[in-house]
Amino acid sequence: MSWKPSASFKTLHTRAKISAQVRDFFSKRNVLEVQTPLLSSTSVTDPYIQSIPAIFQRTGSQVQETLYLQTSPEYAMKRLLAAGSGPIFQICKAFRQGEVGTFHQPEFTMLEWYRPDFNHHDLMNEMDDLLQLVLNKGKAERLSYAAAFVNTVGINPHFASLEELSFCAKKNGIIVNSTITDRDAWLDLILTHCIEPHFANNHPVFLYDFPISQAALAKIRNEDPPVASRFEVYYKGIELANGFHELQDSNEQRRRFENNLHQRNKLDLSPIPIDEHFPAALSHGLPDCSGVALGLDRLLMLILSAENIREVVSFGF
Amino acid sequence: MASYSTSEIRGGMKVMIDNDPCAIVDNEFVKPGKGQAFNRIKYRNLKSGRVVERTYKSGDSIEAADVTDIEAQYLYNDGSHWHFMCGDTFEQYQMDEAQVSDSKLWLKEQDKCVLTLWNGSPLGVAPQNFVILKITETDPGVRGDTSGGGGKPAKLETGAVVRVPLFVQQGELIKVDTRDGSYVARVKE
Repeated sequence: MSWKPSASFKTLHTRAKISAQVRDFFSKRNVLEVQTPLLSSTSVTDPYIQSIPAIFQRTGSQVQETLYLQTSPEYAMKRLLAAGSGPIFQICKAFRQGEVGTFHQPEFTMLEWYRPDFNHHDLMNEMDDLLQLVLNKGKAERLSYAAAFVNTVGINPHFASLEELSFCAKKNGIIVNSTITDRDAWLDLILTHCIEPHFANNHPVFLYDFPISQAALAKIRNEDPPVASRFEVYYKGIELANGFHELQDSNEQRRRFENNLHQRNKLDLSPIPIDEHFPAALSHGLPDCSGVALGLDRLLMLILSAENIREVVSFGF
Repeated sequence: MASYSTSEIRGGMKVMIDNDPCAIVDNEFVKPGKGQAFNRIKYRNLKSGRVVERTYKSGDSIEAADVTDIEAQYLYNDGSHWHFMCGDTFEQYQMDEAQVSDSKLWLKEQDKCVLTLWNGSPLGVAPQNFVILKITETDPGVRGDTSGGGGKPAKLETGAVVRVPLFVQQGELIKVDTRDGSYVARVKE
């Protein structure tokens, strides 16, 4: 074990330069930099995002309170928007329980921003401007989630059955030694194993209009088939960002939270108290807006051709 | 037998996959930001020697394999089987040609080697990294060549053929690196 930094000083200089470029980019566009709490009494209910709990105890008190390190600043930033902040951005740490790997650290740096009156395509335009500035790899390619599947593996992700999805993975050489009984798991598997490796290497790729079962906090458009106004950003096959044309309907938001809690229960995961401030803010009125979160460590990895995320943080986990 | 969770699996661990003993080569954590987590596990099947990949849902567990390496001595070949003895227990083991595989090219009677056992039965054998073997056949070298540039093939007492410098002669002992089959040096008797 070494006491020394896991990143070189050249890398830390590049990191500082990128942060400065990002701040300059948003300042020129009159987007306000904000900070929101990293420690909160609730957290996300997503069944596939786990929060790291922290025990809080007031000095002199015996009462222990479970708080959570935030997995993203999303709810707090939307409360600012509902209160009338206008466009905002934040560079902050985010925490995810259990996630360690070549591209994962339990503590990582996120750039998140929100734009009132933008739909997800408007926000993709702005993302493209930012990436052209910091990556300098030209305009991004846009590809619908359905087109990515049809073009690469020849199935339609909105309609394919469990059997078709499992057969598709097998046909592409992926042998799974676990029982997978839900469509979204198969879609995640095919996307990560069979499609992402085929994305263009010389410019970013924006994947948009996700299946409604993966809407998360995005609006759903009732087209044929209905799709979620959600997008993801990839460069060299690496997932860099996730964005939504944000859901404004508080009743629908509550249904999604409850559905998450139901799924968590089925997966034997601990329940998470619903953050009541968030649906309350939606009831008050979230402006029509889009928001996106980008992993700055991974962006830095791609800029510097780093092999492991530890190489771009001063002290890797 | 114990089992390991996907999060505990590391390179070198011995596990049972599809009913065969395997050695883990690599374990990659794959997780979309909002999606489900998987582990892509690359391993060597210790029976076939092939390196393959399987995907698991993160959190699933894989049974550990009772695979151990022991120091042994190579005894003899009876024409169809190679016989070995563990130096500690004096227990004897035999392997057929497929199990001994390329290692047979470096095994000289009485030499030390490492046997890999699965549930007590041998799966394979690894020779020592460096062995000393006699040259049984090689063309006479060009007189005056001492640099080793160029080289020539030489057949060894075990049947292996290695490239040696021109000055090395039939009947001499040489030290060979068994990992790549390369000549290291001439050895005096």
